[in-house]
Amino acid sequence: MVRQMVKSNWLRGLALLVFALLAMSACSQNENVIRIGVFNSLTGGTATFGISSTNGIKMAVEEWNARGGILGKQIQLIVEDDQSKPEEAAMVVTKLINQNRVAAILGEVASSRTLAAAPIAQRAGIPLITPASTNPKVTKVGSYIFRVCYTDSFQGAVCARFAVERLGLKRLAILTDVKNDYSIGLADYFKRDAQLLGAQIVSEESYSEGDTDFRAQITSIKGTNPDVIFVPGYYTEAGLIAKQVAEQNMNVRLIGGDGWDSPRTVEIGGTAVEGAFFCNHYSAEDTSRMVRTFVANHVKKYGYVPDAMAPLSYDAAELLFTAIQKAGSIDGSKIRDAISQTRDFPGVCGNITIDAERNARKAAIMLQIDQGKLKVYDVIQP
Amino acid sequence: MAQFVQQLVNGLSLGAIYALIALGYTMVYGILRLINFAHGDVYMVGAFVGYYLGRMLNAGSSSSSPSVLNFFLVLGGSMAACALLGFILERAAYRPLRRAPRLNALITAIGISLLLENLGQLIFGADPKDFPTLVERTSYSIGIVVFSNIQIIVIGTSIVLMLGLQYIVHRTKMGTAMRAVSFSHDASGLMGINIHRVISFTFVLGSALAAAAGILVGIYNPKIDPLMGIMPGLKAFVAAVLGGIGNVPGAIVGGLIMGVAETLTVGYLSSTYRDAITFVILVAVLLFRPTGLFGTTARAKV
Repeated sequence: MVRQMVKSNWLRGLALLVFALLAMSACSQNENVIRIGVFNSLTGGTATFGISSTNGIKMAVEEWNARGGILGKQIQLIVEDDQSKPEEAAMVVTKLINQNRVAAILGEVASSRTLAAAPIAQRAGIPLITPASTNPKVTKVGSYIFRVCYTDSFQGAVCARFAVERLGLKRLAILTDVKNDYSIGLADYFKRDAQLLGAQIVSEESYSEGDTDFRAQITSIKGTNPDVIFVPGYYTEAGLIAKQVAEQNMNVRLIGGDGWDSPRTVEIGGTAVEGAFFCNHYSAEDTSRMVRTFVANHVKKYGYVPDAMAPLSYDAAELLFTAIQKAGSIDGSKIRDAISQTRDFPGVCGNITIDAERNARKAAIMLQIDQGKLKVYDVIQP
Repeated sequence: MAQFVQQLVNGLSLGAIYALIALGYTMVYGILRLINFAHGDVYMVGAFVGYYLGRMLNAGSSSSSPSVLNFFLVLGGSMAACALLGFILERAAYRPLRRAPRLNALITAIGISLLLENLGQLIFGADPKDFPTLVERTSYSIGIVVFSNIQIIVIGTSIVLMLGLQYIVHRTKMGTAMRAVSFSHDASGLMGINIHRVISFTFVLGSALAAAAGILVGIYNPKIDPLMGIMPGLKAFVAAVLGGIGNVPGAIVGGLIMGVAETLTVGYLSSTYRDAITFVILVAVLLFRPTGLFGTTARAKV
C-alpha cells in the first residue's frame, strides 16, 4: 500500500516535470517567432484567388525574414484553406486565433468569407487586413478590420462611368450572383451610378455561385435588347456566362469587376471573353519600378505573371509587418493603432492611405481582354 | 413568343440530361425497389472519365481540331468505364444485402454516394475543372430562336440512347428477363432466370446512361467538379418520381418536364427558385398523384 503510494507520487512528479518542460519549450518557441495567420480559398470555386493571394503574402514574409524579421523575430506564417466556403472561413479563423494564437490575420479575397470571419477577429481583438474584399460592409464590422483595396462604391461608379461615358452605351443589363455579398453590392452601386448618368437598366437577372446553366437568364436579358451586360461575379461563372452569351449570337459588350481577375477567365471563356472589359487593381504591364520588381520576383519564384491578388496581398502583408514594427509589440490594440495611422504607404498596387473607415483610397484600372491578354484601357483616379 | 420558344429549347436540352439520369433511378427501382442514391455520383464519375479521356484525345491529336469522332470516343469510353463501376458497385455493395431489409440497402446507397463524392475530391481535387472542348460551338437561328449544335447533340444523343433502351427492354431476351424480374423475383427465379445477372445488367445499363449524361453536361456546361452529381441526382430522382418511379417512359417525360419547369422558373420568376421548383413539384406529386404521371397503383403487400 505504502509502496504503491510512493510509486504513484513518483509517477505524478515525473508527469508534472514532463509537462513543465513541455510548457517551457512551448514558451521559448513563442519568444523567437511572430505568428501571422492566413486564411484563403486554396481549393473550391475561387481557388486561384486564394493561391495567388497566399503566394503574394509568402513573398513578403520571405523578404522580411531574410532581413531579420520583425522586432528581431522571424515571421511564422500559418496558412489555412477555407475551401471557398464562408462557414469554413469562420471555422479556420477561430482556430487561428484560439489554437495558433496568431498576432494578426491576413485574408480572404471574397467579401462573403471575410465577412464571415471578421466578427470573430473583432471580438478577439486581433487585427485583420483583407487584401481584396471590396464590399463596403467588410470594414464596418469593427475597429480591427482593415482593407488595402478600394471599395465597391468606387468600383461600381467606375464601371458605370466607363460604360455610359467612355463607351457611350445606354441600355444596360445586370447579371448578379445573389450568393455573394461582393456581387450584390457591386451590382447595386453600378445600377445607382448608371441611372444617375442617365442610362437605363433594362434587365436585372441573377444566378447563384456554382450554377452552370445561365441560358434562361440570358434569354430573358436578350429579350430586352441591351448594349451591355454587367457581370459582377467571379471568374468561373463569368467565363461560362460569356460562352453562353456568345452562343445566343448577341451583340453586347461584357463588363465585369475585379472578380474576373484570374487566368481562368480566359481559359474558361476562350474566344467568348474577347473584347470584354473588367475593372482591376493593377496591371502587370505597368512600367513603375515597384510593379516591375514585383512581377520579376514573382515570375522568378513561381514561374508565371501574377494577377492582382498576389500584389494586393503582398501589399497587405508589407503594411501589416511595417505596422507591427512601428507598434513595437504584438499586442492587438497597438498593432491596430499603427495600421490605422498608415499614410502614403508605397504599395505595388499604388500608395495606400488608410482612412477613418479603415479603407484604402486607390485608383482603378480598366482592362480589356485582347487575344487572351489583358491590355490597359483606362486608369480612373478616385 | 420567340423568347418563350427559346426558353423551351433551353429547358428541353437541360431536361434531356435529367431524363438520362432519371432512367437509371427508375430502372433500378423497378427491379430492386431500391433508390440508388449513388446514381448522381456515377454521373459525376462519368463526367470526370470524359474529362481525362477528352484531354488525352485533344492532346494526342493537337494538329486536328476538336471533332465529332472524339466526342463519340469519349462518350463510348466513359459509358464503358461507368458500366464497369455500376457492375462493381452492385456486386460489392448491394448484392450482399439482397436478403436484408430494404432500408439497409438504402443506407448503403447513401454511404456509397458519400464515398464517391469524397473519393472524387481526393482523386480529382476539389477545384472545378474545365471540360475539354470536344465539339466546336456554332449557333444557328431560325427566326429569332437560336440554338447551338451542342444543344442538337445533347437532345439527339439522348433520343438515340432512349430509343436504344426501349429496344433493349422490349425487344431483347435480357429486356424480357428484366421486366419479369421487376414483376416478381421469386417467380422469375423459378422460371430459370438468373436474377443476379439481370440485376447486374440493370446497374450496368443505368450507370452507362448516367455516364452519357455526364459527358453531355460536360460539353453543354463545361465546368465539372466532384460534387456536381448531388443536385442533378436529386432532380433526376424527382423526375423519376414525377413520371412514376419504375416506369421508363415516365422517367423521360419527367426529366423533360423538370428541365422545362426549371428553365421557365429562372427565366420568368427568379434564379433563386431554380432548386426550389424541384421540390415544389415533388411535394405536389406526392400530394396529388403519389404514383406519378404514368405509374399504376401498387398493391399493398401486407
